Amino acid sequence: MLTRLAARALAGFGVVAGVVTLTFFLLRLAPGDPVEHLLGPAASADQVAAQRHALDLDRSIPVQYTAWVSRFVRGDWGISIAKGRPVRTVLGDAWPATVRLVGLSLLLSYLLGIAIGAVQAQRRGSRTDTTLSVITVTLFAVPGFCLGLMLVMVFTYWVRVLPAFGAAGLDADYLTGWGRVIDGLRHLALPLATLTLIGVGGSARFVRGAMIDLAAQPFITTAHAKGLSPFQVATRHVLRNALTPVVTLLGLSLPALFSGAVLVEAVFAWPGVGRVLVEAVQARDYPVVMAATTVSAVLVVAGNLLADALAAWLDPRLR
Amino acid sequence: MKRLLRDYRGAFGAVVLAIVFACALGAPLVTGGDPTAQGDIVATRFLAPLSTDVNGTFHPLGTDRFGRDVWTRLVYGARVSLGVGVLAVLISITVGVAVGALAGYWRGSVSVALLGLTDFALALPRVVLLLLLAALWQPSTALVVIVLGLTGWMGVARLVHGEVRALAARPFIEGAVAIGARRLRVLARHILPNALTPVIVAAALGIGNAITLEAGLSFLGLGVQPPTPSWGNMIASGRDVLVNAPWVATAPSVALVLVVVACTLLGDAVSDAMEPSAVSHQPAAPVS
Repeated sequence: MLTRLAARALAGFGVVAGVVTLTFFLLRLAPGDPVEHLLGPAASADQVAAQRHALDLDRSIPVQYTAWVSRFVRGDWGISIAKGRPVRTVLGDAWPATVRLVGLSLLLSYLLGIAIGAVQAQRRGSRTDTTLSVITVTLFAVPGFCLGLMLVMVFTYWVRVLPAFGAAGLDADYLTGWGRVIDGLRHLALPLATLTLIGVGGSARFVRGAMIDLAAQPFITTAHAKGLSPFQVATRHVLRNALTPVVTLLGLSLPALFSGAVLVEAVFAWPGVGRVLVEAVQARDYPVVMAATTVSAVLVVAGNLLADALAAWLDPRLR
Repeated sequence: MKRLLRDYRGAFGAVVLAIVFACALGAPLVTGGDPTAQGDIVATRFLAPLSTDVNGTFHPLGTDRFGRDVWTRLVYGARVSLGVGVLAVLISITVGVAVGALAGYWRGSVSVALLGLTDFALALPRVVLLLLLAALWQPSTALVVIVLGLTGWMGVARLVHGEVRALAARPFIEGAVAIGARRLRVLARHILPNALTPVIVAAALGIGNAITLEAGLSFLGLGVQPPTPSWGNMIASGRDVLVNAPWVATAPSVALVLVVVACTLLGDAVSDAMEPSAVSHQPAAPVS
């Protein structure tokens, strides 16, 4: 088991290295240059050359690459070209917002998805099952930004109860204690609901399918035959076994969730990494793009590893 | 086929997709307007659905900020959105089937290298990659198709690899080899036709997925560029006027959701109908 995990970790490291290298060369090979964005069209050729030299952009790409890697590994992530602040500060300010959003929505969407899928599988073919199926397939199909806009329309403009933009109100700095917490929660509500509802669509469909497949297995018939209550069979035998693929799916859905977060953050002006990344790509802010990509690749790979380990813990056959 | 249409999911998916494709192909027949023409902007902008403008033109879904007919743009946008989805999935399927078939039928270093490549590509964060590519090169419809196609083949490759390996061990393949058929012929004539069912399912789901991603990219301004209408950039343009003219964003959103639901249900129904013996209720994984 440990050797397998070690092998997976090694492969994961390879993936991260590959992503980083690919991103680096794509960035450098693409037309456009941070200096153009920095100095504007009025800059003279001399000014552009001087600025390029100051940013080390006049060296050959492989040299830049090795220099970047060695600095990055030592913890020197550079300074944002567009913002003039250290990259670590830029990302450090943004990560908590994204982790809060993505982590909570992951937790909620799987808890809700497992509950809904389990209910559907228990009442297979009933009107409840059909209704829930229609709802989950629709949620599964709605793009995140669409659902976000619909929720904004309803809760911000029609009912006027929840804010649509940002992570804190304009007066958040003057609020104390509970007032501040409630303000934060109110701002979190719509983006979190958007990401969660979309996740529920996928996970509920998956859990329903897995549980129905399992219910036809001989060991379930045995469990029924030895007189266990239907509830015990459903929770101890069916659900427990259905959870293994769900956990693997959880790991696999991490990249998708981060991608979804990029769009949802754009809709709600949520000050997270997705927004930082979009802005940085548009400004050709090389150091920020590189650092953000590396960190998200590491997180995605780590999430997959964690899901593998969790699946092995749940299912002894995988050890 | 009959079984497919008797399944209400299959019937719904097929009917919706047929209608949408028909509208997209016959766009000039179902609408008289021009999707990018702007008339007298002040007099014709933001007309509510089912209204008639000063020129006597009827707007079933209203008009947007430039006085363009939303229905016309929706229909021409369907051409772009569906076209992008279908072409991107064609690319992913071609690459995926080629990689999967080669890796499944030629064992050894070829197989190891191709599978390694697949796993690597699968672990790439797709939207980050899309974002980079779309933002770094001049955004265009062709770029969106290529990028979506080249980042979506891994699921198909894995599916085909598994099927081909399983089929290659079956007696009828040994028979084909025994009567002296060349390897490529065995692969093309005997193995691949039998391995295509999951590919069809993955394609149905993949089209929905590609349309969604295209909409997302266009929404961020990195996909199909205005004035060419696509559902994504129509939703984006309706975002600022959600309060005054909700129909501008609602019409393309509803169309998008309907098409993706139709693709998903059709995919589910196909996978059930094609393999009645081994009915699995697990929803198939999309090409993503």
